[in-house]
Amino acid sequence: MSLRKYGTNILIYAFLILSFVVFTFPFFLLIVNSFKDNGEIMRDPFSLPQTYDLDQFFGVIKAMDFATTFTNTFFITFMSVLLILVFSGMTAHYLVRNSSLFNNTFFAIMVASMIIPFQALMIPIIYIYGAKFGLIDTAPISLLIGLYVGFGASFATFVYHGFIKSIPLELEEAALIDGCNRIQTYFRIVFPMLTPTSVTIAILNVLWIWNDYLLPSLIIYNEDDLTMPIKMKVFNGTYMDNWELLIPAMLMTILPILVAYLIGQKFIIKGVMQGAIK
Amino acid sequence: MIAEKNPVKRLGNQLFFTGPTFFAFIMTLLVPFGYGLYLTLFEMAGVQSTPVFVGLENYVMALQDTEFWASMWVTLKYVGATVIFVNILGFALAYLVTAGVKGQNFFRTALFTPNLIGGLVLGYIWQFVFVTSLPVFGERFDIEILKLGWLGDEVLAFWALVIVTIWQSAGYMMIIFIAGIMNVPKDIIEASTIDGANAWQRLINMTLPMMVPSFVVTIFLTLKGAFMVYDINYALTQGGPYGSTKMASMHVVGLAFDQSNFGLGQAEAIVLFAVVAIATGLQVYFSKRLEVEA
Repeated sequence: MSLRKYGTNILIYAFLILSFVVFTFPFFLLIVNSFKDNGEIMRDPFSLPQTYDLDQFFGVIKAMDFATTFTNTFFITFMSVLLILVFSGMTAHYLVRNSSLFNNTFFAIMVASMIIPFQALMIPIIYIYGAKFGLIDTAPISLLIGLYVGFGASFATFVYHGFIKSIPLELEEAALIDGCNRIQTYFRIVFPMLTPTSVTIAILNVLWIWNDYLLPSLIIYNEDDLTMPIKMKVFNGTYMDNWELLIPAMLMTILPILVAYLIGQKFIIKGVMQGAIK
Repeated sequence: MIAEKNPVKRLGNQLFFTGPTFFAFIMTLLVPFGYGLYLTLFEMAGVQSTPVFVGLENYVMALQDTEFWASMWVTLKYVGATVIFVNILGFALAYLVTAGVKGQNFFRTALFTPNLIGGLVLGYIWQFVFVTSLPVFGERFDIEILKLGWLGDEVLAFWALVIVTIWQSAGYMMIIFIAGIMNVPKDIIEASTIDGANAWQRLINMTLPMMVPSFVVTIFLTLKGAFMVYDINYALTQGGPYGSTKMASMHVVGLAFDQSNFGLGQAEAIVLFAVVAIATGLQVYFSKRLEVEA
Protein backbone atom coordinates (compact mmCIF):
# COMPACT_ATOMS: atom_id res chain seq x y z
CA MET A 1 0.00 0.00 0.00
CA SER A 2 1.30 3.39 -0.97
CA LEU A 3 1.84 6.08 1.62
CA ARG A 4 -0.80 8.21 -0.01
CA LYS A 5 -3.45 5.52 0.14
CA TYR A 6 -2.50 5.00 3.78
CA GLY A 7 -3.08 8.68 4.49
CA THR A 8 -6.45 8.62 2.74
CA ASN A 9 -7.57 5.65 4.80
CA ILE A 10 -6.62 7.42 8.03
CA LEU A 11 -8.70 10.42 6.97
CA ILE A 12 -11.65 8.17 6.12
CA TYR A 13 -11.43 6.47 9.50
CA ALA A 14 -11.14 9.77 11.32
CA PHE A 15 -14.32 11.04 9.67
CA LEU A 16 -16.21 7.77 10.19
CA ILE A 17 -15.21 7.48 13.84
CA LEU A 18 -16.22 11.08 14.47
CA SER A 19 -19.59 10.38 12.80
CA PHE A 20 -19.95 7.21 14.82
CA VAL A 21 -19.46 9.12 18.08
CA VAL A 22 -21.92 11.85 17.06
CA PHE A 23 -24.52 9.33 15.85
CA THR A 24 -24.40 7.11 18.91
CA PHE A 25 -23.62 9.31 21.94
CA PRO A 26 -27.31 9.99 22.72
CA PHE A 27 -27.80 6.24 23.08
CA PHE A 28 -24.79 6.09 25.37
CA LEU A 29 -26.25 8.94 27.44
CA LEU A 30 -29.59 7.15 27.75
CA ILE A 31 -27.98 3.93 28.93
CA VAL A 32 -25.57 5.35 31.50
CA ASN A 33 -28.07 7.82 32.94
CA SER A 34 -30.76 5.18 33.31
CA PHE A 35 -28.98 3.96 36.42
CA LYS A 36 -28.40 7.33 38.06
CA ASP A 37 -30.45 9.53 40.36
CA ASN A 38 -31.16 13.19 39.56
CA GLY A 39 -28.16 14.51 41.53
CA GLU A 40 -25.77 12.19 39.77
CA ILE A 41 -27.24 13.01 36.35
CA MET A 42 -26.93 16.75 36.89
CA ARG A 43 -23.36 16.53 38.19
CA ASP A 44 -22.10 14.65 35.14
CA PRO A 45 -24.34 13.15 32.44
CA PHE A 46 -21.30 11.61 30.74
CA SER A 47 -19.90 9.58 33.62
CA LEU A 48 -20.57 5.89 34.16
CA PRO A 49 -23.07 5.13 36.93
CA GLN A 50 -21.68 4.38 40.41
CA THR A 51 -24.11 1.54 40.96
CA TYR A 52 -26.13 -0.56 38.55
CA ASP A 53 -29.36 -0.63 40.47
CA LEU A 54 -32.23 -2.28 38.62
CA ASP A 55 -34.89 -1.41 41.24
CA GLN A 56 -35.38 2.05 39.81
CA PHE A 57 -35.78 0.50 36.39
CA PHE A 58 -38.54 -1.83 37.50
CA GLY A 59 -40.25 1.09 39.26
CA VAL A 60 -40.38 3.02 36.02
CA ILE A 61 -41.55 -0.02 34.06
CA LYS A 62 -44.42 -0.36 36.48
CA ALA A 63 -45.24 3.37 36.47
CA MET A 64 -45.41 3.52 32.68
CA ASP A 65 -47.43 0.30 32.57
CA PHE A 66 -44.87 -1.13 30.20
CA ALA A 67 -46.41 -4.59 29.67
CA THR A 68 -49.79 -3.22 28.55
CA THR A 69 -48.36 -0.38 26.49
CA PHE A 70 -45.89 -2.67 24.78
CA THR A 71 -48.62 -5.23 23.98
CA ASN A 72 -50.90 -2.53 22.53
CA THR A 73 -48.17 -1.10 20.34
CA PHE A 74 -47.06 -4.54 19.24
CA PHE A 75 -50.59 -5.65 18.36
CA ILE A 76 -51.42 -2.50 16.40
CA THR A 77 -48.10 -2.53 14.55
CA PHE A 78 -48.21 -6.25 13.81
CA MET A 79 -51.80 -6.31 12.53
CA SER A 80 -51.38 -3.16 10.43
CA VAL A 81 -48.16 -4.33 8.80
CA LEU A 82 -49.54 -7.81 8.15
CA LEU A 83 -52.66 -6.42 6.46
CA ILE A 84 -50.63 -3.88 4.48
CA LEU A 85 -48.39 -6.67 3.15
CA VAL A 86 -51.23 -9.04 2.22
CA PHE A 87 -53.62 -6.49 0.70
CA SER A 88 -51.09 -4.26 -1.07
CA GLY A 89 -49.24 -7.22 -2.58
CA MET A 90 -52.49 -8.62 -3.99
CA THR A 91 -53.50 -5.22 -5.31
CA ALA A 92 -50.15 -4.53 -6.94
CA HIS A 93 -50.24 -7.95 -8.58
CA TYR A 94 -53.68 -7.36 -10.01
CA LEU A 95 -52.78 -3.87 -11.22
CA VAL A 96 -49.70 -5.16 -13.04
CA ARG A 97 -51.46 -8.10 -14.66
CA ASN A 98 -54.76 -6.41 -15.51
CA SER A 99 -54.10 -2.95 -16.78
CA SER A 100 -57.33 -1.17 -17.54
CA LEU A 101 -58.09 2.52 -17.62
CA PHE A 102 -59.72 2.28 -14.20
CA ASN A 103 -56.85 0.33 -12.66
CA ASN A 104 -54.16 2.56 -14.13
CA THR A 105 -55.93 5.73 -13.04
CA PHE A 106 -56.47 4.42 -9.55
CA PHE A 107 -52.81 3.47 -9.26
CA ALA A 108 -51.76 6.95 -10.43
CA ILE A 109 -54.02 8.53 -7.80
CA MET A 110 -52.53 6.33 -5.10
CA VAL A 111 -48.98 7.31 -6.04
CA ALA A 112 -49.88 11.00 -6.21
CA SER A 113 -51.60 10.84 -2.81
CA MET A 114 -48.26 10.27 -1.09
CA ILE A 115 -47.67 14.01 -0.97
CA ILE A 116 -50.84 14.82 0.99
CA PRO A 117 -49.78 16.01 4.46
CA PHE A 118 -51.46 14.22 7.34
CA GLN A 119 -52.52 17.62 8.67
CA ALA A 120 -54.86 18.02 5.68
CA LEU A 121 -56.66 14.78 6.59
CA MET A 122 -56.79 14.73 10.37
CA ILE A 123 -59.72 17.09 10.90
CA PRO A 124 -62.00 15.34 8.36
CA ILE A 125 -60.95 11.95 9.76
CA ILE A 126 -62.04 13.00 13.23
CA TYR A 127 -65.29 14.37 11.83
CA ILE A 128 -66.10 11.28 9.81
CA TYR A 129 -65.02 8.58 12.24
CA GLY A 130 -65.71 10.45 15.47
CA ALA A 131 -68.79 12.61 15.02
CA LYS A 132 -70.50 10.71 12.16
CA PHE A 133 -69.74 7.01 12.66
CA GLY A 134 -68.64 7.10 16.29
CA LEU A 135 -65.88 4.57 15.68
CA ILE A 136 -63.41 6.56 17.78
CA ASP A 137 -65.56 5.75 20.80
CA THR A 138 -66.67 2.24 19.92
CA ALA A 139 -63.78 0.59 18.07
CA PRO A 140 -60.66 2.78 18.26
CA ILE A 141 -58.08 0.01 17.78
CA SER A 142 -59.75 -1.49 14.70
CA LEU A 143 -60.25 1.99 13.28
CA LEU A 144 -56.59 2.81 13.84
CA ILE A 145 -55.44 -0.40 12.13
CA GLY A 146 -57.80 0.28 9.22
CA LEU A 147 -56.42 3.80 8.83
CA TYR A 148 -52.85 2.51 8.88
CA VAL A 149 -53.75 0.06 6.11
CA GLY A 150 -55.14 2.97 4.10
CA PHE A 151 -52.17 5.28 4.75
CA GLY A 152 -49.65 2.52 4.10
CA ALA A 153 -51.34 1.17 0.96
CA SER A 154 -49.93 3.67 -1.54
CA PHE A 155 -46.27 3.20 -0.76
CA ALA A 156 -46.50 -0.59 -0.36
CA THR A 157 -48.49 -1.03 -3.59
CA PHE A 158 -46.01 1.23 -5.40
CA VAL A 159 -42.97 -0.79 -4.26
CA TYR A 160 -44.63 -4.17 -4.92
CA HIS A 161 -45.77 -2.92 -8.34
CA GLY A 162 -42.17 -2.27 -9.36
CA PHE A 163 -41.02 -5.76 -8.39
CA ILE A 164 -43.97 -7.71 -9.77
CA LYS A 165 -43.30 -6.20 -13.19
CA SER A 166 -39.97 -8.07 -13.23
CA ILE A 167 -41.57 -11.49 -12.54
CA PRO A 168 -42.04 -13.42 -15.82
CA LEU A 169 -45.69 -13.84 -16.75
CA GLU A 170 -44.98 -17.37 -18.05
CA LEU A 171 -44.58 -18.61 -14.48
CA GLU A 172 -48.11 -17.59 -13.63
CA GLU A 173 -49.52 -18.87 -16.90
CA ALA A 174 -47.95 -22.25 -16.24
CA ALA A 175 -49.59 -22.38 -12.82
CA LEU A 176 -52.95 -21.37 -14.28
CA ILE A 177 -52.71 -24.09 -16.95
CA ASP A 178 -51.82 -26.62 -14.26
CA GLY A 179 -55.16 -25.85 -12.65
CA CYS A 180 -54.41 -23.20 -10.02
CA ASN A 181 -56.94 -20.42 -9.85
CA ARG A 182 -55.71 -16.84 -9.62
CA ILE A 183 -55.83 -16.69 -5.87
CA GLN A 184 -53.76 -19.86 -5.54
CA THR A 185 -51.37 -18.64 -8.21
CA TYR A 186 -50.77 -15.44 -6.33
CA PHE A 187 -50.30 -16.94 -2.88
CA ARG A 188 -48.34 -20.04 -3.95
CA ILE A 189 -46.20 -18.70 -6.78
CA VAL A 190 -45.98 -14.90 -6.71
CA PHE A 191 -46.14 -13.97 -3.03
CA PRO A 192 -43.23 -16.23 -1.99
CA MET A 193 -41.10 -14.67 -4.73
CA LEU A 194 -41.81 -11.24 -3.27
CA THR A 195 -40.34 -12.06 0.15
CA PRO A 196 -37.35 -9.64 -0.06
CA THR A 197 -39.73 -6.84 -1.07
CA SER A 198 -42.13 -7.77 1.72
CA VAL A 199 -39.26 -7.56 4.23
CA THR A 200 -38.33 -4.09 3.00
CA ILE A 201 -41.90 -2.83 3.19
CA ALA A 202 -42.42 -4.46 6.59
CA ILE A 203 -39.32 -2.78 8.09
CA LEU A 204 -40.23 0.71 6.89
CA ASN A 205 -43.83 0.31 8.03
CA VAL A 206 -42.87 -1.07 11.45
CA LEU A 207 -40.60 1.94 12.08
CA TRP A 208 -43.37 4.32 11.02
CA ILE A 209 -46.28 2.74 12.92
CA TRP A 210 -44.35 1.85 16.07
CA ASN A 211 -43.15 5.43 16.48
CA ASP A 212 -46.22 7.25 15.17
CA TYR A 213 -47.67 9.80 17.57
CA LEU A 214 -50.16 12.21 16.02
CA LEU A 215 -52.67 9.74 14.50
CA PRO A 216 -53.03 7.45 17.56
CA SER A 217 -53.16 10.51 19.84
CA LEU A 218 -56.30 11.64 17.99
CA ILE A 219 -57.99 8.23 18.06
CA ILE A 220 -57.01 6.53 21.31
CA TYR A 221 -58.25 7.97 24.56
CA ASN A 222 -58.72 4.91 26.74
CA GLU A 223 -55.90 4.63 29.29
CA ASP A 224 -55.54 0.87 28.67
CA ASP A 225 -55.20 1.26 24.88
CA LEU A 226 -52.34 3.77 24.77
CA THR A 227 -49.32 3.13 22.56
CA MET A 228 -45.68 3.74 23.55
CA PRO A 229 -45.22 7.23 22.04
CA ILE A 230 -48.44 8.51 23.65
CA LYS A 231 -47.53 6.96 26.98
CA MET A 232 -44.13 8.62 26.73
CA LYS A 233 -45.85 11.94 26.12
CA VAL A 234 -48.07 11.48 29.20
CA PHE A 235 -45.02 10.47 31.22
CA ASN A 236 -43.08 13.48 30.01
CA GLY A 237 -45.93 15.79 30.96
CA THR A 238 -46.22 14.28 34.43
CA TYR A 239 -42.52 14.14 35.31
CA MET A 240 -41.29 17.31 33.62
CA ASP A 241 -37.46 17.44 33.83
CA ASN A 242 -37.43 14.60 36.34
CA TRP A 243 -34.73 12.86 34.36
CA GLU A 244 -34.16 9.92 36.72
CA LEU A 245 -37.65 8.71 35.74
CA LEU A 246 -37.81 9.98 32.16
CA ILE A 247 -34.52 8.52 30.95
CA PRO A 248 -35.26 4.89 31.86
CA ALA A 249 -38.73 5.39 30.35
CA MET A 250 -37.24 6.68 27.10
CA LEU A 251 -34.77 3.81 27.03
CA MET A 252 -37.60 1.30 27.53
CA THR A 253 -39.60 2.94 24.73
CA ILE A 254 -36.85 2.54 22.14
CA LEU A 255 -35.40 -0.72 23.47
CA PRO A 256 -37.77 -3.17 21.69
CA ILE A 257 -36.99 -1.65 18.28
CA LEU A 258 -33.29 -1.36 19.11
CA VAL A 259 -33.06 -5.04 20.10
CA ALA A 260 -34.98 -6.13 16.99
CA TYR A 261 -32.60 -4.04 14.89
CA LEU A 262 -29.45 -5.45 16.46
CA ILE A 263 -30.71 -9.00 15.88
CA GLY A 264 -31.76 -8.47 12.29
CA GLN A 265 -29.37 -5.66 11.27
CA LYS A 266 -27.81 -7.36 8.24
CA PHE A 267 -31.24 -8.22 6.89
CA ILE A 268 -32.61 -4.77 7.62
CA ILE A 269 -29.82 -2.76 5.96
CA LYS A 270 -30.07 -5.02 2.93
CA GLY A 271 -33.85 -4.68 2.88
CA VAL A 272 -33.80 -0.89 3.02
CA MET A 273 -31.16 -0.86 0.27
CA GLN A 274 -33.28 -3.09 -1.94
CA GLY A 275 -36.26 -0.82 -1.46
CA ALA A 276 -34.10 2.13 -2.53
CA ILE A 277 -33.05 0.65 -5.85
CA LYS A 278 -36.57 0.62 -7.18
CA MET B 1 -52.00 -9.66 -18.93
CA ILE B 2 -54.34 -12.24 -17.50
CA ALA B 3 -57.99 -11.75 -18.40
CA GLU B 4 -60.89 -13.96 -17.48
CA LYS B 5 -63.53 -14.51 -20.17
CA ASN B 6 -66.38 -14.76 -17.70
CA PRO B 7 -67.34 -11.22 -16.61
CA VAL B 8 -68.67 -12.36 -13.22
CA LYS B 9 -65.44 -14.17 -12.44
CA ARG B 10 -63.52 -11.17 -13.63
CA LEU B 11 -65.37 -8.80 -11.33
CA GLY B 12 -64.94 -11.31 -8.50
CA ASN B 13 -61.18 -11.36 -8.93
CA GLN B 14 -60.96 -7.58 -9.25
CA LEU B 15 -62.89 -7.21 -6.01
CA PHE B 16 -60.90 -9.88 -4.19
CA PHE B 17 -57.48 -8.58 -5.21
CA THR B 18 -58.02 -4.83 -5.17
CA GLY B 19 -61.14 -4.44 -3.02
CA PRO B 20 -59.61 -4.27 0.48
CA THR B 21 -56.80 -1.89 -0.51
CA PHE B 22 -59.04 0.34 -2.61
CA PHE B 23 -61.62 0.48 0.17
CA ALA B 24 -59.04 1.36 2.85
CA PHE B 25 -57.40 3.91 0.56
CA ILE B 26 -60.68 5.56 -0.36
CA MET B 27 -61.87 5.70 3.25
CA THR B 28 -58.54 6.96 4.63
CA LEU B 29 -57.39 9.37 1.93
CA LEU B 30 -59.92 10.17 -0.79
CA VAL B 31 -63.05 10.64 1.30
CA PRO B 32 -61.33 12.66 4.08
CA PHE B 33 -59.48 14.75 1.48
CA GLY B 34 -62.68 15.55 -0.42
CA TYR B 35 -64.62 16.11 2.77
CA GLY B 36 -61.75 18.28 4.01
CA LEU B 37 -62.05 20.54 0.97
CA TYR B 38 -65.78 20.81 1.64
CA LEU B 39 -65.18 21.62 5.32
CA THR B 40 -63.05 24.63 4.44
CA LEU B 41 -66.25 26.34 3.30
CA PHE B 42 -67.65 26.29 6.82
CA GLU B 43 -66.93 27.92 10.12
CA MET B 44 -66.79 25.40 12.93
CA ALA B 45 -65.79 25.57 16.56
CA GLY B 46 -65.01 21.93 17.35
CA VAL B 47 -66.59 18.65 16.32
CA GLN B 48 -69.86 19.10 18.16
CA SER B 49 -70.81 22.58 16.94
CA THR B 50 -73.07 23.25 13.97
CA PRO B 51 -71.13 24.30 10.88
CA VAL B 52 -72.00 27.67 9.37
CA PHE B 53 -71.48 28.14 5.64
CA VAL B 54 -69.03 30.98 5.01
CA GLY B 55 -67.87 30.37 1.43
CA LEU B 56 -64.23 31.14 0.81
CA GLU B 57 -63.83 33.23 3.94
CA ASN B 58 -61.54 30.67 5.60
CA TYR B 59 -59.09 30.96 2.72
CA VAL B 60 -59.18 34.76 2.93
CA MET B 61 -58.47 34.48 6.65
CA ALA B 62 -55.70 31.94 5.97
CA LEU B 63 -54.03 34.38 3.59
CA GLN B 64 -54.24 37.12 6.24
CA ASP B 65 -53.09 34.93 9.14
CA THR B 66 -49.64 36.39 9.79
CA GLU B 67 -48.83 33.70 12.35
CA PHE B 68 -49.46 31.03 9.72
CA TRP B 69 -47.19 32.69 7.18
CA ALA B 70 -44.53 33.23 9.82
CA SER B 71 -44.68 29.47 10.55
CA MET B 72 -44.54 28.79 6.80
CA TRP B 73 -41.41 30.91 6.56
CA VAL B 74 -39.78 28.94 9.40
CA THR B 75 -40.83 25.74 7.59
CA LEU B 76 -39.21 26.92 4.34
CA LYS B 77 -35.95 27.76 6.10
CA TYR B 78 -36.04 24.39 7.85
CA VAL B 79 -36.77 22.59 4.57
CA GLY B 80 -33.87 24.36 2.87
CA ALA B 81 -31.40 23.63 5.65
CA THR B 82 -32.34 19.97 6.19
CA VAL B 83 -32.58 19.06 2.48
CA ILE B 84 -29.09 20.45 1.84
CA PHE B 85 -27.31 19.10 4.91
CA VAL B 86 -29.01 15.70 5.12
CA ASN B 87 -28.18 14.98 1.49
CA ILE B 88 -24.59 16.22 1.65
CA LEU B 89 -23.85 14.29 4.84
CA GLY B 90 -25.76 11.21 3.67
CA PHE B 91 -23.84 11.13 0.42
CA ALA B 92 -20.48 11.79 2.09
CA LEU B 93 -21.06 8.93 4.53
CA ALA B 94 -22.21 6.59 1.75
CA TYR B 95 -19.11 7.47 -0.28
CA LEU B 96 -16.84 6.72 2.66
CA VAL B 97 -18.46 3.42 3.67
CA THR B 98 -18.20 2.15 0.10
CA ALA B 99 -14.51 3.15 -0.25
CA GLY B 100 -13.44 -0.34 0.75
CA VAL B 101 -12.06 0.30 4.26
CA LYS B 102 -12.26 -2.43 6.90
CA GLY B 103 -15.31 -2.37 9.15
CA GLN B 104 -17.53 -0.48 6.72
CA ASN B 105 -20.50 -2.75 7.46
CA PHE B 106 -20.17 -1.90 11.14
CA PHE B 107 -20.32 1.81 10.33
CA ARG B 108 -23.33 1.34 8.05
CA THR B 109 -25.21 -0.44 10.83
CA ALA B 110 -24.27 2.11 13.50
CA LEU B 111 -25.01 5.19 11.40
CA PHE B 112 -28.49 3.92 10.51
CA THR B 113 -29.45 3.46 14.18
CA PRO B 114 -30.88 6.99 14.79
CA ASN B 115 -33.56 6.14 12.25
CA LEU B 116 -35.12 3.66 14.63
CA ILE B 117 -36.28 6.38 17.01
CA GLY B 118 -39.55 8.13 16.39
CA GLY B 119 -39.98 11.88 16.31
CA LEU B 120 -41.51 12.29 19.75
CA VAL B 121 -39.02 10.28 21.78
CA LEU B 122 -36.28 11.69 19.58
CA GLY B 123 -37.30 15.19 20.64
CA TYR B 124 -37.31 14.24 24.34
CA ILE B 125 -33.90 12.57 24.13
CA TRP B 126 -32.36 15.61 22.47
CA GLN B 127 -34.00 17.88 25.00
CA PHE B 128 -31.90 16.06 27.55
CA VAL B 129 -28.84 16.45 25.33
CA PHE B 130 -29.32 20.18 24.76
CA VAL B 131 -30.62 21.17 28.19
CA THR B 132 -28.57 19.01 30.51
CA SER B 133 -25.68 17.27 28.78
CA LEU B 134 -24.03 19.67 26.34
CA PRO B 135 -23.75 22.59 28.80
CA VAL B 136 -21.84 20.30 31.22
CA PHE B 137 -19.59 19.22 28.36
CA GLY B 138 -19.11 22.85 27.28
CA GLU B 139 -18.16 23.98 30.81
CA ARG B 140 -15.63 21.19 31.20
CA PHE B 141 -13.82 21.72 27.93
CA ASP B 142 -14.53 25.45 27.81
CA ILE B 143 -16.42 25.37 24.50
CA GLU B 144 -18.39 28.60 24.46
CA ILE B 145 -21.11 27.51 22.00
CA LEU B 146 -22.03 24.42 24.04
CA LYS B 147 -22.35 26.34 27.32
CA LEU B 148 -25.42 28.17 25.99
CA GLY B 149 -28.96 26.94 26.47
CA TRP B 150 -29.72 26.18 22.83
CA LEU B 151 -33.45 25.69 23.21
CA GLY B 152 -33.89 29.08 24.90
CA ASP B 153 -32.37 31.05 22.04
CA GLU B 154 -34.40 31.77 18.89
CA VAL B 155 -31.62 31.18 16.38
CA LEU B 156 -29.98 28.26 18.18
CA ALA B 157 -33.33 26.52 18.81
CA PHE B 158 -33.97 26.54 15.06
CA TRP B 159 -30.56 25.01 14.40
CA ALA B 160 -31.15 22.48 17.15
CA LEU B 161 -34.16 21.27 15.15
CA VAL B 162 -32.06 21.11 12.00
CA ILE B 163 -29.25 19.22 13.75
CA VAL B 164 -31.61 16.64 15.25
CA THR B 165 -33.23 16.10 11.85
CA ILE B 166 -29.85 15.65 10.17
CA TRP B 167 -28.86 13.28 12.95
CA GLN B 168 -31.96 11.18 12.42
CA SER B 169 -32.24 11.01 8.64
CA ALA B 170 -28.66 11.18 7.30
CA GLY B 171 -28.19 7.44 7.98
CA TYR B 172 -31.30 6.49 6.02
CA MET B 173 -30.28 8.60 3.04
CA MET B 174 -26.81 7.06 3.34
CA ILE B 175 -28.33 3.60 2.75
CA ILE B 176 -30.18 4.84 -0.36
CA PHE B 177 -26.94 6.41 -1.65
CA ILE B 178 -25.01 3.18 -0.98
CA ALA B 179 -27.51 1.32 -3.17
CA GLY B 180 -26.98 3.97 -5.85
CA ILE B 181 -23.18 3.89 -5.64
CA MET B 182 -23.14 0.09 -5.92
CA ASN B 183 -25.24 0.41 -9.06
CA VAL B 184 -22.69 2.62 -10.82
CA PRO B 185 -21.03 0.30 -13.38
CA LYS B 186 -17.47 -0.60 -12.30
CA ASP B 187 -16.14 -0.57 -15.87
CA ILE B 188 -16.72 3.15 -16.45
CA ILE B 189 -14.97 3.97 -13.17
CA GLU B 190 -12.04 1.73 -14.16
CA ALA B 191 -11.93 3.23 -17.64
CA SER B 192 -11.72 6.75 -16.22
CA THR B 193 -8.98 5.65 -13.79
CA ILE B 194 -6.94 4.28 -16.69
CA ASP B 195 -7.53 7.54 -18.55
CA GLY B 196 -5.86 9.29 -15.63
CA ALA B 197 -8.77 10.71 -13.64
CA ASN B 198 -8.00 11.14 -9.93
CA ALA B 199 -10.44 10.26 -7.14
CA TRP B 200 -11.92 13.76 -7.03
CA GLN B 201 -12.44 13.90 -10.81
CA ARG B 202 -14.02 10.44 -10.76
CA LEU B 203 -16.43 11.57 -8.05
CA ILE B 204 -17.44 14.80 -9.78
CA ASN B 205 -17.50 13.63 -13.39
CA MET B 206 -18.48 9.97 -13.18
CA THR B 207 -20.12 8.97 -9.89
CA LEU B 208 -22.22 12.07 -9.17
CA PRO B 209 -23.94 12.28 -12.60
CA MET B 210 -24.76 8.57 -12.35
CA MET B 211 -26.25 9.16 -8.90
CA VAL B 212 -28.97 11.56 -10.02
CA PRO B 213 -31.73 8.92 -9.68
CA SER B 214 -30.71 8.39 -6.04
CA PHE B 215 -30.73 12.12 -5.43
CA VAL B 216 -34.22 12.37 -6.94
CA VAL B 217 -35.40 9.88 -4.32
CA THR B 218 -33.50 11.31 -1.33
CA ILE B 219 -34.35 14.93 -2.07
CA PHE B 220 -38.00 13.97 -2.55
CA LEU B 221 -38.03 12.12 0.79
CA THR B 222 -36.22 14.86 2.72
CA LEU B 223 -38.34 17.60 1.13
CA LYS B 224 -41.61 15.85 1.90
CA GLY B 225 -40.51 14.88 5.41
CA ALA B 226 -39.35 18.41 6.23
CA PHE B 227 -42.55 20.10 5.04
CA MET B 228 -44.71 17.76 7.10
CA VAL B 229 -42.54 17.69 10.24
CA TYR B 230 -44.50 17.77 13.47
CA ASP B 231 -43.25 15.34 16.13
CA ILE B 232 -39.71 16.73 16.53
CA ASN B 233 -40.99 20.29 16.46
CA TYR B 234 -43.55 19.49 19.13
CA ALA B 235 -41.29 17.44 21.38
CA LEU B 236 -38.01 19.37 21.14
CA THR B 237 -38.90 23.07 21.15
CA GLN B 238 -42.73 23.14 21.48
CA GLY B 239 -42.47 25.88 18.87
CA GLY B 240 -40.59 28.09 21.32
CA PRO B 241 -38.95 30.24 22.39
CA TYR B 242 -41.86 32.66 21.85
CA GLY B 243 -43.22 30.75 18.87
CA SER B 244 -40.06 31.41 16.85
CA THR B 245 -39.62 27.76 15.79
CA LYS B 246 -43.28 26.92 15.28
CA MET B 247 -43.63 25.34 11.85
CA ALA B 248 -46.68 25.10 9.58
CA SER B 249 -47.83 21.63 10.68
CA MET B 250 -47.61 22.53 14.33
CA HIS B 251 -49.44 25.78 13.72
CA VAL B 252 -52.27 23.90 11.97
CA VAL B 253 -52.52 21.26 14.70
CA GLY B 254 -52.60 23.97 17.37
CA LEU B 255 -55.26 25.92 15.51
CA ALA B 256 -57.45 22.85 15.16
CA PHE B 257 -57.09 21.16 18.53
CA ASP B 258 -56.04 23.87 20.98
CA GLN B 259 -58.17 26.68 19.59
CA SER B 260 -60.89 24.42 18.06
CA ASN B 261 -60.86 26.52 14.90
CA PHE B 262 -61.52 23.63 12.51
CA GLY B 263 -62.54 25.60 9.41
CA LEU B 264 -59.50 27.87 9.35
CA GLY B 265 -57.21 25.01 10.41
CA GLN B 266 -58.43 22.87 7.54
CA ALA B 267 -58.07 25.72 5.03
CA GLU B 268 -54.47 26.29 6.15
CA ALA B 269 -53.80 22.55 5.93
CA ILE B 270 -54.98 22.66 2.31
CA VAL B 271 -52.66 25.61 1.65
CA LEU B 272 -49.83 23.54 3.17
CA PHE B 273 -50.77 20.68 0.84
CA ALA B 274 -50.63 23.03 -2.16
CA VAL B 275 -47.15 24.22 -1.14
CA VAL B 276 -45.89 20.63 -0.73
CA ALA B 277 -47.43 19.62 -4.06
CA ILE B 278 -45.79 22.52 -5.90
CA ALA B 279 -42.39 22.01 -4.25
CA THR B 280 -42.22 18.23 -4.82
CA GLY B 281 -43.66 18.57 -8.34
CA LEU B 282 -41.00 21.10 -9.32
CA GLN B 283 -38.27 19.03 -7.69
CA VAL B 284 -39.17 15.81 -9.52
CA TYR B 285 -39.63 17.68 -12.83
CA PHE B 286 -36.27 19.44 -12.71
CA SER B 287 -34.22 16.58 -11.32
CA LYS B 288 -35.59 14.12 -13.90
CA ARG B 289 -34.07 16.35 -16.56
CA LEU B 290 -30.63 15.89 -15.03
CA GLU B 291 -30.63 12.10 -15.33
CA VAL B 292 -28.01 10.54 -17.61
CA GLU B 293 -27.74 7.11 -19.19
CA ALA B 294 -24.70 4.96 -18.40
